[in-house]
Amino acid sequence: MSDARAASVITGNEAAATAAKLARVQVVAAYPITPQSSVVETLSKWVQSGELSAEFVTVESEHSALAVCIAASTVGARVFTATSANGLAYMNEQVWWAAGARLPIVMGLANRAMAAPWSVLNDQQDSMSVRDAGWAQLFCRDNQEILDTFLHAYRIAEELRVPVMVCYDGFLLSHTVMPVRVPDQAEVDAFLPPYKPAIPIDPADPRNLNPVTMADPRANRDGELRGGYMELRAMHQQALTEALDLIPAVDAEFAERFGRSWGGLTWEYRLDDAEVAVIAAGSLGMELTVAVDALRSEGVRAGVFGIRAYRPFPAEAVRGRLAGKDLAVVLDKAVSYGYEGPVCADVRAALLSAEGAPDVFGCVCGLGGRDVSATQLADAVRRARTDHGRGVRIREPEWLDVRL
Amino acid sequence: MSTRITDLPSTEFVLPGNRACAGCSLGIGLRAITKALDGKMVMAVPASCLTVLGGMYPTSSVAVPWVNVAFPSTAAAASGLAAGLRATGRDDITVLAMAGDGGTADIGIQALSGAAERGEDIIYLCYDNEAYMNTGTQRSGATPQGARTTTTWTGKGEHAKDMCRIMEAHGVGYVASTSAVFPTDVYDKVAKARGLSGTRYIHMNTPCPSGWSFEPKDTVAIGKLAVDAGLVVLYEVEDGRFRLTGRSASLAKSGRRKTIAEYVAAQGRFRGIADETVAVVQRWLDERWAGFVSRHEADAE
Repeated sequence: MSDARAASVITGNEAAATAAKLARVQVVAAYPITPQSSVVETLSKWVQSGELSAEFVTVESEHSALAVCIAASTVGARVFTATSANGLAYMNEQVWWAAGARLPIVMGLANRAMAAPWSVLNDQQDSMSVRDAGWAQLFCRDNQEILDTFLHAYRIAEELRVPVMVCYDGFLLSHTVMPVRVPDQAEVDAFLPPYKPAIPIDPADPRNLNPVTMADPRANRDGELRGGYMELRAMHQQALTEALDLIPAVDAEFAERFGRSWGGLTWEYRLDDAEVAVIAAGSLGMELTVAVDALRSEGVRAGVFGIRAYRPFPAEAVRGRLAGKDLAVVLDKAVSYGYEGPVCADVRAALLSAEGAPDVFGCVCGLGGRDVSATQLADAVRRARTDHGRGVRIREPEWLDVRL
Repeated sequence: MSTRITDLPSTEFVLPGNRACAGCSLGIGLRAITKALDGKMVMAVPASCLTVLGGMYPTSSVAVPWVNVAFPSTAAAASGLAAGLRATGRDDITVLAMAGDGGTADIGIQALSGAAERGEDIIYLCYDNEAYMNTGTQRSGATPQGARTTTTWTGKGEHAKDMCRIMEAHGVGYVASTSAVFPTDVYDKVAKARGLSGTRYIHMNTPCPSGWSFEPKDTVAIGKLAVDAGLVVLYEVEDGRFRLTGRSASLAKSGRRKTIAEYVAAQGRFRGIADETVAVVQRWLDERWAGFVSRHEADAE
């Protein structure tokens, strides 16, 4: 795979900025927050040097950052923003607005732990707090995947009219340099045609966008029934469901053009003959591949099942690929307080009543930047197997490496 | 110099019939605003009475492009509309942010301050009905002293925020104060703003029969009384140069201001207000008015 000629050695944030530039974004608005800041610093530099022809709006908050993107996208511009943790929480109202307004906004999320207490380090609690807002959420493993996934994201967003959040682990990817192959602009242009808004902003054809919408369908001025709030939400759900087909299709087309596939909704490593599937989203999955190699060397048939699309959730793939396994161990860098890790809960729900479904054990790890080593992950799988071997089928989530 | 009511363009962008309350002055103002922009505009509208006036999906009472936006983000959304229009090469559409007093002086002030500081190319118009009328008359930062609201049952203790001065302090090139019941004053100010660039701020007093508690037929009379008492002052500040306009300019000349007591007595929201409070407000008002007049005279020289 290595092609020193074509590879740049860049951080995840630079990969994100590079993708935005290659996507020819027209309006960028963002507010500084660690570890996202260097994405928009880089874009700002390119806009000011003329390397990128775009409007850069230096807003006074994340709430306004997404407000600018929402409005500019409504007008018909391709937009970009990025944030992390508390910035995402601050823009929460707009996160919902962007999705409800069905705008093809692409946002980078350099995953960071939520305060309080303050932490600038990585976990995935921020993403999980908005998983129900109606965005597609794609998680990346490395910097190449970050660059490529942003390009996928614009295609998906603009075809389905849903915003897409490209999630990548703060510091672990955002600030770590890796070789990344940067595609040619012309190739990207062929893959990603210019954005055309679904509804024009035109005084000659005036529309009132997103006004008060009643529960039941109402007639327009020509007497034709138009959907009520619930019909609009059903169409939104339908779009996210269609993304289950589109995400792999876009990945396949990208692979054809650029020679790199990221698996579409999910990815796997040594999973085919595995008895134990270990599951995670993001860069944690890469660490799991190392753990799996260690386990395999001891004769434990383990394999990784990586979640790339968390929303829409690849329930069919979960059932299809995990049925027949003995045990699934799900690693979450987030927790739904009072329950368990969100990926774990969703995997468990997807498997419920499926023929040959494995038992599912959850494991919460890496909160607030706590390092998670492959050794610890392998140990967690060993403990899970031991418990399972003793007949345990339902287990409280394990909190990895907590020293209370 | 100022446009006469009979000379306003005849094209209507506010269609007959809307969902505003009987006697609402917002529609009067909006007609003048849309005429002044000749409909070549896009509006950013947060949750407010204006949202209600605009109608419910899939119908609309206003024939101009209208983008509903999240409550605190009117000025940021307008910035995004402006950026998007520039980025897509359209320069023939004026961006009008239009929010109520709560949406401007309270929840929207951060985004507005940011937009003004960046000098965004937008007209921001605050229609000030002096409380959160859409949600049932709760006090806002722009509610006048002494007014009873559903969160100030014994009358508000504080003066209203002076948004125009706040915007002036941002170095905004055009700041104007007007009243919806003087449509030609509204028209002239919006028309002038249309011809300028950068951030332009217009504050429009918008009498509200249901929230202020007066008969819907008296909207214009109450609005005029506010101007005649010197409480609402019609003026504009262009590049720092202050000028009283219309009825306020005449009032400065004649010196025949009405009293705040007369204004207060005409509205249910001030029922039971203590005489001392009225006296306090009158003194505050006299001082403020004298300041406006002296600034008007100084800048006229």
